Amino acid sequence: MDILAHVPILVVGIPLLGAFATPLIARAGARARNWFAIFILLLTTALAIALAVSVFQAGPRVYVLGGQSFGFTLPSGYFFPIRIILEADGLSAFFVLIIAVTTLLGAIYSTAFMRAHSGLEKYYALLLLLAAGMFGMVVTGDAFNFFVFLEITSIAATGLVAFRTGRAESGEAAFKMMVLYNIGGLLVLLAVAILYGQYGALNFAYLAKLIEYSLLDVVALALFVLALALKAGAVPMHMWVPDAYPAAPAPVTMVMVANTQIGLYGLYRICFSLYGLKLTPALVGWIVIILGILSIFIGVSMAVIQRDLKRLIAYSGIAQIGYMLLGVGVGLAVLGTPALDSYGLMAMKGGIFHIVNHALYEGLLFLAAGAVSYRAGTRNLDQLGGLAHNMRWTAFFFIIGGAAIAGLPPFNGFASKLIIYESVFKFNPILAVIALLASIITLAIYARAFQSVFVGPKLPAYKDVREAPPSMMFAMAILAALVVLFGLFPDLVVRYLVSPAAQALVNRAQYIEAILGAGLGVR
Amino acid sequence: MEVLKTGSGFWSALIWVAIALGAFLIIWLFSRAFERGYKRGTDQADPFLSGNPPSPGQRVTASDIYWGFVEALKGYYRPLVRAHSGVVNDYLAWAILVGAIVFVLLGGFMR
Amino acid sequence: MIANFPYVTAILLMIFGLYAALFRRNLIKIAIGITLMESGVNLFLVSLGYRRGGIAPIYTLAPEAAERMVLPTPQALTLTSIVIGLATTAVLLALIVVIYRHYGTLDADKVNKLRG
Repeated sequence: MDILAHVPILVVGIPLLGAFATPLIARAGARARNWFAIFILLLTTALAIALAVSVFQAGPRVYVLGGQSFGFTLPSGYFFPIRIILEADGLSAFFVLIIAVTTLLGAIYSTAFMRAHSGLEKYYALLLLLAAGMFGMVVTGDAFNFFVFLEITSIAATGLVAFRTGRAESGEAAFKMMVLYNIGGLLVLLAVAILYGQYGALNFAYLAKLIEYSLLDVVALALFVLALALKAGAVPMHMWVPDAYPAAPAPVTMVMVANTQIGLYGLYRICFSLYGLKLTPALVGWIVIILGILSIFIGVSMAVIQRDLKRLIAYSGIAQIGYMLLGVGVGLAVLGTPALDSYGLMAMKGGIFHIVNHALYEGLLFLAAGAVSYRAGTRNLDQLGGLAHNMRWTAFFFIIGGAAIAGLPPFNGFASKLIIYESVFKFNPILAVIALLASIITLAIYARAFQSVFVGPKLPAYKDVREAPPSMMFAMAILAALVVLFGLFPDLVVRYLVSPAAQALVNRAQYIEAILGAGLGVR
Repeated sequence: MEVLKTGSGFWSALIWVAIALGAFLIIWLFSRAFERGYKRGTDQADPFLSGNPPSPGQRVTASDIYWGFVEALKGYYRPLVRAHSGVVNDYLAWAILVGAIVFVLLGGFMR
Repeated sequence: MIANFPYVTAILLMIFGLYAALFRRNLIKIAIGITLMESGVNLFLVSLGYRRGGIAPIYTLAPEAAERMVLPTPQALTLTSIVIGLATTAVLLALIVVIYRHYGTLDADKVNKLRG
């Protein structure tokens, strides 16, 4: 059997099965449980790389569940797809890689970070479930499946945020997050129902072919934009983010960053692939841009006054989400005009490149903050100080992450921000100036955070603090190495990872063709 | 060598690193000629905080940094912090408000 | 006219649920509001699948005339979303229990340790 033919379903299925097998394996001991979770995620990462390579080489992959054959999208004699179809194009492959890397490193980091907690079989089960949900959201080509996987990620993420129930903040943050996720999920379901009621179909590609932009389609679009921007944590629906990120254990926070970005994936997929030129590109583009600018502005200004290290990183992360919205929003605003080729596509590449960079450096920062709280026992910036004496490597990794998020050369954040500034400047100079200013304030924020946590004389309270355990150092080292490598060779990353993703968004016909052109059915 | 096209310009981290190394080399060459007047363990090495005599345990905490910035922008920060009230109903209200605006915009400018 | 009643009811349910989630300060009432919204969406979804005199083609039940056949997709979707709704409601209520243990109150105005 050709295993590679089944990769699209395997990246969803293996973590899903692994999640429910974890409590069983955990009966054999903690070591077996940890190795099992890491093994499952390693396997998934290998499959994710295989999927990405095949998509980048040969274009979109489709996979039909329960059909006569796996590539047979249209049943004989039918004009439209009725089965659940997975569809992975360049954008999906790009996100699959991000999810695989962050969850794998999160699991490795968790082995040391979560050691003192009980009930860890549930923790790893939820982590794998979250991975399965995120993979499902990015490879599915079916609107209802999208909702189901969205709810899987909501439930698993809430469980992980609330995992340390001994702390008051966990329950509170998880509750607020769950209420918003729940509303978001319901809005997505309502939008899917509206589309189904009109066209009698659930397949994105088939809906994209039929869609007419009637009043009900407008309602569905507004619901999708609201729900997915909420999941992405765009201002002013961002308020759950700074609550949930600090309350979650550090490795979970890193995975949650990827989970937030899946909201962006959904937003891009709906706007570009489902509606495409049928919507009013300039208007929807400007809505996305304004959400992005608000996120950048409010995110950095709230980060300046934070006293909790992880809360500070969470607020500056919201600002970075704004850059992604801004870059791709500019691409959406000029969709279908000649400006798309002159700077719109470049802006989209910048926004999409920033997604992978953000997943890496934000993850690195959260892991470093986790190492600090693991050893020093607090995240309060006023109490911390002088930790660089004892935690040299953590301090080093924090500098790399901080420099990357502030957009200092030669780290990866600089390359993507440079693309965004230059192409957005051609669209509207004021937006580029705001983005640039926010980047400067980000540098100031991280100078303050680094100064308060790591610099200064050794404090008596942290005299005996030691360096973080090896598995935590390993996860941070991998992320730091990726941050530096992506910074040194941005051209390769853009050519092999980012360009296919941006092209997949613009090329709506290809997305439709992959489903409706591959069948052997009549017509 | 490959460079990244950024729309109107180009960016190559390797060239930047080479230039930065060259600049550091020049600085290092000049620094050999600097005066070596710094003496460890004297008053020169103590922190100087606005003329106060240095006391043990005195340090700049996170809340002190950018105090002037936040103080000057008080009128901006006070409503902003109040908006982040931490009450779940308010979070929901913001989301619904944005949804309403998006809906009105999309519906109002329908072709 | 009478055929639109399910849609009107669904929209009313959603509005009531949203009202409860927005303006009630008791956490359990917020959870109830979300459940109401969920019911509204489910009702909307299942009423989309109603065809007058239609027959679901389950195994031997396929009708002679093809136009009387209805695709049972909306019913399947509704069942799935009811199950998902059960899971999310259970998670919400469990979190309320956790909150009550720590804060000793269910007033949303007092459960705001995380702010600013």
